[in-house]
Amino acid sequence: MKDLIDFTTMDPKEIIARRVAMEIQPKSLVNLGIGIPTLVSDHLDEGMGVFFQAENGAVGMGHRPPEGMTDRHLTDAGGSFVSAVPGASTIDSAFSFGLIRGGHLDLTVLGGLQVDAQGHLANWMIPGQFVPGMGGAMDLVTGAKKVIVAMIHSAKGKSKIVQTCDLPLTSQRRVNLIVTEMAVMEPRDDGLYLLETGPGISVDEVVAATDATLVIDGDIPEMDLSRSV
Amino acid sequence: MHLAISLDEVVEMIPDGARVMLSGFMGVGTPDGIVRALAASGKKDLTMIVNDAARPHCGVGPLVKAGCVKKFIGSHIGVNPDVQEQMRAGVLEVELVPQGTLVERIRAGGMGLGGVLTPTGLGTLIAEGKPTVEVEGKTYLLETPLRADFALIAARSCDYVGNLTYMLTATNFNPIMALAADVVIAEPEEIVPVGVIPPDSVKTPGVLVDHVIKRAA
Repeated sequence: MKDLIDFTTMDPKEIIARRVAMEIQPKSLVNLGIGIPTLVSDHLDEGMGVFFQAENGAVGMGHRPPEGMTDRHLTDAGGSFVSAVPGASTIDSAFSFGLIRGGHLDLTVLGGLQVDAQGHLANWMIPGQFVPGMGGAMDLVTGAKKVIVAMIHSAKGKSKIVQTCDLPLTSQRRVNLIVTEMAVMEPRDDGLYLLETGPGISVDEVVAATDATLVIDGDIPEMDLSRSV
Repeated sequence: MHLAISLDEVVEMIPDGARVMLSGFMGVGTPDGIVRALAASGKKDLTMIVNDAARPHCGVGPLVKAGCVKKFIGSHIGVNPDVQEQMRAGVLEVELVPQGTLVERIRAGGMGLGGVLTPTGLGTLIAEGKPTVEVEGKTYLLETPLRADFALIAARSCDYVGNLTYMLTATNFNPIMALAADVVIAEPEEIVPVGVIPPDSVKTPGVLVDHVIKRAA
């Protein structure tokens, strides 16, 4: 059935969400940021036993409740209504950030304004233009065991993957993986490795769309989204 | 102790220029009745310590809209255009603090600690001008404690001695802020007799609570 899906015409955000979802381990504790990262939970097998954490104090967030059953005392970190899965718990903000900063969070998936070849993420302000603030992002990037940046490759025709961030950094920690609709990239000691290309995208197209030097080691496979759900 | 007071009495108690902690996360777990009363009273020059600027209609939003706030200390202001506008116009000072650092600074203020050592913010703009401390080979930023004149708390239940419970993600900053201010004022959704809240379920012991918003007769 899945063989019939044409991933090359799929919405870029869905491509990213599906590819990131393939990185999530069974029974792990995961925090998803606002925007594209939130879509990742739509592409997980619920039998995996993954618990989603939200900064505002939920461990085991579930999908939005049925129409008319939402309650303002149970929301995600963006203020949207959520439910709780069996086995969920709620905690105060200090405990919530203890989970994040204390190394108890297996994975965080965050959006970005820029990521550079060293794996530095910038996602909390554009000086002189817009200052949303960091919220929990600085703690998440600093404390999570694994950090994945999930974002559209370019904004307004400009690559969001750059050689060195010129926007203020979120953390000095190197992120583990960068997933866009065009590429999967991994920052390592000796450079930014291109690991996979997006559906129907050539290596040359990725290189042309990226303002950072990519290390291309051997044949680069295309994302295998047929394994996604 | 004069535990139960009216919103009018709260408005009278909090002076212009006060330093106020306001609980809530995107307006969830915020004592909205107190916020509305303060906004309507035309308070001036408040310093608000609050997780986020929420939206114009919720959380600290109505106070910002009414021009009551001189300084905002919090972690996120991205979805409140009033804050962005007042910040650009230079009438609202904004101090951004990473969320986990914010809650720990408040906790330190409430628990008698001299500060927080955190790796969060190292190598970023947040670290500018702050001392770093090395402990067992790791570097941390030294962040100072935060306290306030007033903490405004939203509770689910409150009993006659001021014991508080909270509900689900409306808990957030409430139990932490209830430790970190000279005067703690709680706005509960219900008031119940002593004994209804089991001791194990009390999240903020009544000894910390100075005032509770009176129910309508």
